[in-house]
Amino acid sequence: MANRRDFLKVSTASAGGLLLSFWLPESSPLAAQQADSLIPGTPISTAPRFNAFIRIAPDDTVTFQIHKAEMGQGTVTSLPQLLAEELDCDWKNIRTEFPAVEPEYGPMMGVFGSQSIRTSWVPLRKAGAAAREMLVETAAKQWKVDASACHTDNGFVINNSTGARLSYGSLAEAASKIPPPAEPKLKDPASYRFIGTSPKKRDTAGKIAGKTIFGLDVIRPGMLYATLQRCPVFGGTVASFDASKAKAVPGVKHVVQISNGVAVVADSTWAALEGRKALTVKFDEGPRAVNSTASLRKMFADLAAKPGATARKEGDAEAVLASVMKDSVMKDSAAKKVESVYEAPYLSHAPMEPLNCVAEVTADGCDVWASTQIQQTARDIAAMVTGLPKEKVRIHTQYIGGGFGRRGRADFIAEGVEIAKAVNAPVKLTWTRDDDLQHDTYRPGSYTKLAASLGPDGMPTAWTGRVVSQSFAGLRNGVDSTAVEGVADMPYSVPNVYVDYHNPDTGIPCSFWRSVGYSQNTFFTESFTDELAHAAGKDPVEFRRALLQKNPRLLGVLNLAAEKAGWGKPLAAGRHRGVAVVNNIGSYNAQVAEVSVEKGKVKVHRVVCAVDCGVLVNPAIAEQQIQSGIVYGLSAALKQAITMDHGRVLQANFDTYDPLRIDEMPVVEVHIVKSTAAPGGLGEASTPTIAPAVANAIFAATGKRIRTLPIRPADLV
Amino acid sequence: MAVTFKLNGKSQSVDVSPQMPLLWVLRDTLGMTGTKFGCGMALCGACTVQINGSPVRSCVTPVSTLAGKSVTTIEGLSPDASHPVQRAWAELDVPQCGYCQSGQIMTAAALVDKKVAPTDADIDEAMRGNICRCGTYQAIRAAVHTAAKYRAAKGAA
Repeated sequence: MANRRDFLKVSTASAGGLLLSFWLPESSPLAAQQADSLIPGTPISTAPRFNAFIRIAPDDTVTFQIHKAEMGQGTVTSLPQLLAEELDCDWKNIRTEFPAVEPEYGPMMGVFGSQSIRTSWVPLRKAGAAAREMLVETAAKQWKVDASACHTDNGFVINNSTGARLSYGSLAEAASKIPPPAEPKLKDPASYRFIGTSPKKRDTAGKIAGKTIFGLDVIRPGMLYATLQRCPVFGGTVASFDASKAKAVPGVKHVVQISNGVAVVADSTWAALEGRKALTVKFDEGPRAVNSTASLRKMFADLAAKPGATARKEGDAEAVLASVMKDSVMKDSAAKKVESVYEAPYLSHAPMEPLNCVAEVTADGCDVWASTQIQQTARDIAAMVTGLPKEKVRIHTQYIGGGFGRRGRADFIAEGVEIAKAVNAPVKLTWTRDDDLQHDTYRPGSYTKLAASLGPDGMPTAWTGRVVSQSFAGLRNGVDSTAVEGVADMPYSVPNVYVDYHNPDTGIPCSFWRSVGYSQNTFFTESFTDELAHAAGKDPVEFRRALLQKNPRLLGVLNLAAEKAGWGKPLAAGRHRGVAVVNNIGSYNAQVAEVSVEKGKVKVHRVVCAVDCGVLVNPAIAEQQIQSGIVYGLSAALKQAITMDHGRVLQANFDTYDPLRIDEMPVVEVHIVKSTAAPGGLGEASTPTIAPAVANAIFAATGKRIRTLPIRPADLV
Repeated sequence: MAVTFKLNGKSQSVDVSPQMPLLWVLRDTLGMTGTKFGCGMALCGACTVQINGSPVRSCVTPVSTLAGKSVTTIEGLSPDASHPVQRAWAELDVPQCGYCQSGQIMTAAALVDKKVAPTDADIDEAMRGNICRCGTYQAIRAAVHTAAKYRAAKGAA
């Protein structure tokens, strides 16, 4: 399976040029019913092309190629804002398409790491500015004036002296043929008219009418429907299977074995599901059938007793800690040592749209319609499975019904392509919810020991962390940076810091989960920081302020959140506050949660969140992303864990893996710092801080320190 | 065995296995993909349609139970997204990924038909069966209140 590094290598070296090349004629009645829908790229624009991102048609329609994907984070709105800003076009003439994989889009095609705005900020504005200069130059030539004697206004080039106007559409054919400027001039931010505003989201209309086509909604002529029976234990394989009963189910057409299991292919999803129920498969479960949550915990705890690979070392934290007497205040000193073990469970992504893939393999190549977060990975996997050259694989990016990192993996695409190849027909593979929860690539569980010493002034003199959490993103000097992020780069000024790491061998497939290592590590460090503040007898906000003097942007959001939440001011009876901060994905975030606890039941009433994400492209989308990250993190903090027994995941649907629901939703207030710094990410900015803010509020309410997620009522009574 | 029911105001006959849930009849037999698959066990609400005006999970509703009934899906809620709930959803730009929103809207539409001025508690009770993993709940709550106002104005007109 390709990993992040492989796809970077592959994508920068590959050839392509498929932008224009492909759309199959729609012939089936079912496909015709989708004709007026928002299938991206229907039809693919063939208008004059200015660069990889912009086409302009004679009727003034401006088509933007969105080289990312849309999974609710607003790319089909915010990326056009960047392009339109510099192109100076009319917002109402814009349409968008998801293009094929092309080398021009570089290694950052796809959506991961809250990168969409960050990696598009410069190139998309330049693409818009370059096209604008080409249009101006073409108009100037027609008028036989210098380009400097012209300006643009909302889709027109205007002759400054005569006032004559030429529309972009009328100039496009000629303008698209002149060489693009090497260094187009970007606008003065003072004159921005799109950046920093919140136009209505361009995909809302389709989504409220049921017209938007997600991956699972794609219908191809002659398409069959597939489900796959996988081994319930990770790494297990098919020993044998009996297809006779499955084949007797009306509508079932094929039962075929592929690499990951046995596929049932039928004329409807329902028939395929019924066929799978009737299928008998014997699996060789392999060595991981012994895994249980208890055995994994013991493995992690045993590792935590031993030194690991060094992730960060400054000063001599261990020597300082050793010199401070354990557990208590020394008789002649105010120095203290605090030590705690924190734990977080494996987690599933559980996007609302179950994983799926529509694939068709013909002599001409392979077509894949998929809601994928990383198009290159999808293409490379399909090429590997079919044995076709990458140029013969065409990825048709579809709207994504939630990704959260899961759709950066391409296991579901490999399966779909393999089944389509085996039955020689277009196939839609649908994962059920139990497939999703039991065959995810999980947020790894973690067992982390933290220790710190406090000097006589109550401030930390040394800080150590030992992280035990499995690697999925590759090791460098024995450390997976995604596993220790949040601990190794904890934001506070402490003179002696030591962090080390163990990579337990579990055989459980893991991958990126919204905010990655910070999703658990910030809970650990920010809860622990609260412990230190209380041990020092200091207010948790004041304590952090003192440690953030060299981190002005994080200090800024801490101060803003504290002020807006009324930190230190009286609260309604029974309510208590907790605070937490994080600096991840290039942004800064602080949250104050307001919580009450009654008979072990936690109610989160209000969350005040302050964010510094640099330049703000779309304030409304930014606010929604912050709310979204809080709900995602709060679901996990209060309710979710993936547990195992006999190598099997025990959760199978939303009854046992329940996300936050509307009656549990706190009031979320978002305050965004005005900034001219380069943009930071937003999609993952607020997820890490909600769990520690809530846990710290629970401590304020009950005196009980939460050190294990999810928060269990039994820990509170 | 053919079953005949009313679908978005028109008579519809389908000849499929009587046990096939309405969800798959809509999506696979009729090609109407606005109604979404999320859990298959009536736990998430993504597949919500209205049957005789009440919100129902189509993923656990066998097609054989529909004879003579009237089914409304997101495609039939209004011809032009002008239903008060859709107008409110557009005004507040509610959807993020949007996958759960057909189900949210069908549930909310039934609520505002029944309650002239739903309280937050009414909204919680009616909508808690609809999961949104993107966390649009705050926007949904505001949009239901707005939709109820539009609905009341329409009713009075």
